[in-house]
Amino acid sequence: MSAAPALAPARAPRRLAPRRLALRRLARNRVALAALALLGLIALACLLGPFLTGHAPERSYPDLRQLPPGLAAEPGPERLQAALDRLAYRMRARVAEAERQGDTLRLTLTADRAIDPRSLAYLPRSDLFGEPRIVAREAEGRRLVAEVLVRRLHFLLGTDVHGRDLLTRSLVAGRVSLLIGLTATLVALLVGVAYGAVSGFVGGATDAVMMRLVDILYALPFVFFVMVLVVFFRASLALILLAIGAVEWLDMARIVRAETLRLRRRDFVRAAEALGLSALATLRRHILPNALGAIVVAATLLVPRVILLESFLSFLGLGVQEPGTSWGVLVAEGARAIESAPWMLAGPASFLVATLVALNLLGDGLADALDPRQAG
Amino acid sequence: MIGYGLRRLLQAVPTLFLVVTLSFFLMRLAPGGPFDLERPLPPAAMENLRRVYGLDQPLPVQYLRDLAALAQGDLGPSFSFRDLGVADLFARGLPVSMTLGSLALLLALGAGIGLGSLAALSRGGTADRLVGLLAAASLSLPSFVVAPLLQIVFGLGLRWLPLGGWEGGAPAHLVLPVITLALPQVGVIARLTRTSLAESLSAPHVRTARAMGLGPVRVLAQALRGALLPVVAILGPLAAALLTGSVVVETIFGLPGIGRYFVDGALNRDYTLVMGTVVLVAVLVILFNLAADLVSAILDPRLRLGR
Repeated sequence: MSAAPALAPARAPRRLAPRRLALRRLARNRVALAALALLGLIALACLLGPFLTGHAPERSYPDLRQLPPGLAAEPGPERLQAALDRLAYRMRARVAEAERQGDTLRLTLTADRAIDPRSLAYLPRSDLFGEPRIVAREAEGRRLVAEVLVRRLHFLLGTDVHGRDLLTRSLVAGRVSLLIGLTATLVALLVGVAYGAVSGFVGGATDAVMMRLVDILYALPFVFFVMVLVVFFRASLALILLAIGAVEWLDMARIVRAETLRLRRRDFVRAAEALGLSALATLRRHILPNALGAIVVAATLLVPRVILLESFLSFLGLGVQEPGTSWGVLVAEGARAIESAPWMLAGPASFLVATLVALNLLGDGLADALDPRQAG
Repeated sequence: MIGYGLRRLLQAVPTLFLVVTLSFFLMRLAPGGPFDLERPLPPAAMENLRRVYGLDQPLPVQYLRDLAALAQGDLGPSFSFRDLGVADLFARGLPVSMTLGSLALLLALGAGIGLGSLAALSRGGTADRLVGLLAAASLSLPSFVVAPLLQIVFGLGLRWLPLGGWEGGAPAHLVLPVITLALPQVGVIARLTRTSLAESLSAPHVRTARAMGLGPVRVLAQALRGALLPVVAILGPLAAALLTGSVVVETIFGLPGIGRYFVDGALNRDYTLVMGTVVLVAVLVILFNLAADLVSAILDPRLRLGR
C-alpha cells in the first residue's frame, strides 16, 4: 500500500469496516470455511506430500502394475510368489522353498545345473528385494540358499498401468493443475481488470469500441482456438497458461467495467477528480479497492473453470504431456482403464472434484459475504 | 424486429472475418503440415501434393483464395479424409451433434429452470439448499468423470443402457451422452433462475398480482417471464459450451459427430477441416446469440427500443 502513514489511522477504520463485516459474515459461513480448509489441505498435500509418500512420481514398479488401493504393505504373499517365480525362471532355477520371517526372505533355489551366484543380481533389480546374501551352496552349486530383504511398499491409492504410485502422481499432478489454475487466473485477472477499468473509466466512444471488441470476441469459439493453438504449436505449459488466460479475461473485463461505471458516478470519486487526482491514481486509490469484492469473487470462481479447462485439454491429449502430469491427464488414463482398474479414475478424480467443489463453494460464500444487501 | 435481426446478422460479418483470419494464420504459422508422415514423402511427391491442394502458392494468395471460397460457402476438400469434402464430413457428423446438442439443451433448460424455480420458491429451505448443492456438484463434476461413471453404473453394472456407439440415433444410445452433456449446464441455469426469480418474486408487479388474488401458478408465470431474461441471455455461451462439451462426450461414447472431427483434424493438420469446424461453431454461436436477443425482446418490451 502506498498510502501515506500519517493518513492511515484516520482513514483505516472507515475503509475497513465493510470489509471487516464481510470477513465476519464469511467466518460465520461454515460451508465456505470448510471449503477453505479443504483447499488449504489439498494445496499443502500437493506441495509436501510427494516427499512423504516414499515413491518418486516417475518410479515404476514393473512387478506391481495396477495394484488396487489398500493399506497393506506390498508385495503381499501372492505377488511375492509371482515375482519369485518370474525371477527364478530368469535365473534358470526353481523356487524350492521361500520362507518369510518379518522383512527377510529365506530363499532356496534348485536347478539341474549349477546356479551362477551372479544371477542373484536379478533380485535387487526387481524393486521388491534388497541385496541378497548367500547362506549356503549345496549339491555342487545346484542348490542355493540365500537370504534377502523384502521391501515394504505402500500404495494407498494403488498403482497405474506402469506400476507407478497413484497417490504420489495425483499429488504431483495437483501441483501442475493448481499452478495452472492460479497463474492463468492471474493472467485473466490482470488483462481483464486493466481492460475493464480503462473501458469503464474513460467511457464514451472508447468504451463503446472496447466493449464492441469484447462482444466480437465473445462470439469466437475460443476453446476451439485454444485447441488449435496447443495442437499446432506443441503444448507447453507456458502456452497453455497463456491461451487459457487469454480466453477467460472477457468475463472479468465486463464485471470490472460495470463496477467502474457504477463507482464513477459516486461522490467520492467525483471529489477525487475535482481535487485534481490523476486518472490512474483515482483508479488505483478509489475505484479498484471498491471493486475488489466483485473481482475477488469472480477470480475465485474463475480458478475452477481454468482447472477444468486445462483438464479438458489434457483429457483430449492436448494439454500437459508425458512425463509431466496433471489431474486431467490422470483422469484420462483412469477413464481408459475403467473396466480393469476403476481406482485409477477414482483417486485422481476425487482430488480434482474435491478441489473444484471447494473452490465453487468458497466463491459462493465470498459472493454472499461481500453482498452489501446482506444484513449483519 | 426484422430490421433489427438483419442488422445483427450484418454485425456477424466482421466476427466471422476475424474467425477466419485468426484461424488461417494460426494454422499456417504453426510448424508442420498436413502431409508430414512418420516417413517423409519423396520431395517430388510432396511437391505434387502441395500443388494439388494449392499449398505451393504464397500465403497471402492462399488466404484470399480461401476467404473467397468460404464467402461462397465452399468449405474445400478435407486433407486427411481422402476423397471427401469438409461439407461431406459435416453432412455426416452434424445430424449426430445436432441431435445430441438440441436434446441436451432442452434437458438443461427444463431441469435447470425447474430446479431453479423450486429453490427460489423455498428460499432458505431444504429444497433450496439441496438444489444449491446439486448445482455446485454439477458445476464441479467434469464431463469426462461423469461419463465413465455413468457407463460403469448403467452400462456395465445394471446393463440398462449401451456403453456407447450411435446405431443411427437409437434412443437408448442417446440417454447417457445427453445427460452427460446437459449436466454442467443444469447447474448454471438452476443458479441463474434461482437468483433472478427470487428477486422477481418480490418485485412490485408480482406483489400486485398476488394482492389481486391470482393463484400461485399464475403468479409464478408472471414472475418467471421477467426472471428468465438472464437465462435467455446466456443461450449463446450455452450453445458454445454444449459444442465444446460434445468433443469430450463424442470421444468417450464413440459417437460420429463433428466434435471428434475437430480434434482429429487439428491433430492431422487438416487445415480445411479445422477451418470449417471453427467457422461452423462460430456461426452457430452467433445464431444462438441472435436468437437470445430476439427472445429477450419478446420477453421484455423495454429492450425493443434499444439498439
